[in-house]
Amino acid sequence: MKKIGMPRGLFYYYYYPLYKTFFSDLGARVILSQKTNRITIDQGIDAAVDETCFPIKVYFGHVKELCQHDLDYLFVPRLVSIEPRSYICPKFMGVPDMLRASIDNLPPLIDITVDLSHSDRAFKDQLFKTGKLFTKKSSRIKASYEHGKQELAYCQAIAAQGYTMSEAIDIWQGEDIDQQLNGSLRIGVLGHGYSLYDEAISMNIISRLRQMGCTVVLPEALSIDEVEQEAAVMPKRIFWTLGRKMVGSALKMEKMADVDGIIYVACFGCGPDSFIGEIIERKVSDKAYMLIVIDEHTGEGGLVTRLEAFCDMLKRRRRHKIEDHISAYG
Amino acid sequence: MKITYPHMGNAHIAINAMLENLKLEVIPPPPISKKTFELGVKHCPEFACMPLKINLGNFIEALELGADTILMAGGWGPCRFGYYAQVERDILEDLGFDFEMVILEAPDSRVSELFQQLQALGKNVSIWEAFKALKFAWYKLQMVEKLEKKFAYIHPRAADKNRAEDIYDQGLLEIERAQDKSDVDEAGSKNLERLDNIVITGEEPIRIGLVGEIYTVLEPMANYSIARCLGRLNVEVDNSIYISDWLNDHLLGSLAKKSHRKHLVKCARPYLNYSVGGHGLETVGSTVDYARKKFDGVIQVGPLTCMPEIVAQSVLSSVSKDEGIPCMTLYFDEHAGTAGIQTRMEAFTDMLKRKKTLTALTH
Repeated sequence: MKKIGMPRGLFYYYYYPLYKTFFSDLGARVILSQKTNRITIDQGIDAAVDETCFPIKVYFGHVKELCQHDLDYLFVPRLVSIEPRSYICPKFMGVPDMLRASIDNLPPLIDITVDLSHSDRAFKDQLFKTGKLFTKKSSRIKASYEHGKQELAYCQAIAAQGYTMSEAIDIWQGEDIDQQLNGSLRIGVLGHGYSLYDEAISMNIISRLRQMGCTVVLPEALSIDEVEQEAAVMPKRIFWTLGRKMVGSALKMEKMADVDGIIYVACFGCGPDSFIGEIIERKVSDKAYMLIVIDEHTGEGGLVTRLEAFCDMLKRRRRHKIEDHISAYG
Repeated sequence: MKITYPHMGNAHIAINAMLENLKLEVIPPPPISKKTFELGVKHCPEFACMPLKINLGNFIEALELGADTILMAGGWGPCRFGYYAQVERDILEDLGFDFEMVILEAPDSRVSELFQQLQALGKNVSIWEAFKALKFAWYKLQMVEKLEKKFAYIHPRAADKNRAEDIYDQGLLEIERAQDKSDVDEAGSKNLERLDNIVITGEEPIRIGLVGEIYTVLEPMANYSIARCLGRLNVEVDNSIYISDWLNDHLLGSLAKKSHRKHLVKCARPYLNYSVGGHGLETVGSTVDYARKKFDGVIQVGPLTCMPEIVAQSVLSSVSKDEGIPCMTLYFDEHAGTAGIQTRMEAFTDMLKRKKTLTALTH
């Protein structure tokens, strides 16, 4: 059985069920790196150039971990675009080349280009070609791909119920995750999935908020059409897929009466975020908004204090709002 | 309508010429200064890349001088530049400025679209006049670049560096003032000749290629004048990119002259196999090209957090190893101190000189 390694980073959080199903159905064994930990981070920081953003460094750490396994292939797609006329980020487009230059003794890379900016033909061609490494039967490859797409949709449906993508993937794999979804405050939390849902990168921000008695509203729980519609108010279409999604989600959350405040988690050095954070700050005027910038050496204490202060402020705001409705004259 | 535009190296000479020939009243932004930086840094998002901050500083200074229209270029990513104009407009509007923004979106291949945009911009000008305005600007630009290239050759070799710099600065000024083609020719040839007549030391300088993000390469204020600084260290600096190349590749659909880009893309393989936006691919391609042309070293420059340049930088380490060319990366933001940059450049050039003498000796 051929072993194929997949780093638990970047678009793992959006597409893992698709690729996992695809390769498993073809008879390969998928080896996933461990959840991000201190060693992953240290190895990643060692391997990547200083100026890259934290999620890329973490990704490098995952790749380094996988290099220790005896792998037949390492799956590191070159992500260019996942929808028409939009990009993800230049760094994602160069990831396989950056890995080759920075890490020695890499297993053979499967670095297919994911570019759906015109159509999904080229991507499918490449994926099917990859499938040929494992089986000769085209029908089986096609069936695996279709199956993968179904599983991905299923996983996305789980996430839509208020789970993070990382929890949704765990549930999809059969784990039991119990969580209460009815905290007193409702806070919209935005950010690129690969930093927000990686507990080491985001320093557990979502579970921390839940522990403080908040219900977290995530972009995956909003309807895609509504998000796109909101994002369309920008005079020029935002050409970063995730950036547009974040602006749309923020504007949508601003209009949702039951959302008390919005938190945006950005990574230091993230190009699109440096603009998107600013755009949201200018557009969202009716709701409390906090921008948190994280990198590899943030103290957790500072984050906790800011979250607590934010929640306290929202609680007080809500109390005042309720009192406002009572007429002062009986 | 009083129109203004952002600075980038010597581009203002050509832009001015074009806009004036479109019969517009032009208010060029004051030269980039410390104040420009301060204004930009104050109002821009903290982590935005430096060209945005300088652009915004330019606009604020020009608007304060009475400009009411801003000419800016656009793009469709993935580099942040494509969204500059939008962010700048939002910031300036929030600051209470009253202005209009004209954004020239790069046509994918149709030059006619560009003409139409230009004609729409001009005041009662015909297509023919728009074409002539563009052609004259292009002519000036080429003369400017001839002078730039000559200066890059003479400066490191000149015995009197101050004189070379003075002639160059004077030459640029004269080309800027030139009203028609013959004026441009006269200003150009006169100063080219004066540069040629400078006394030259016999020593052959080492050669360094300057690669990286276009704005940082071309704008001396954005790179602490490293080209001039290197020239004074007797290093010949070859710019990997000129404005005319960029215009030719991205706006004019390679109609104006033969494009060099294909060659660079070929050079970049197998190190970088995909265009990563901005000038990432060109940076890698040029570095390989310089290595094969037997340059002594390469300096990569870019604004801090520039995404395409980070990709290129990651790859450059293996280019450096495989092609045998020393590379150094310098990122610039509003805080860089000149002394630190100067020291690093001196160390780098000393290293290159040593390497050169050592190899010469072993042969």
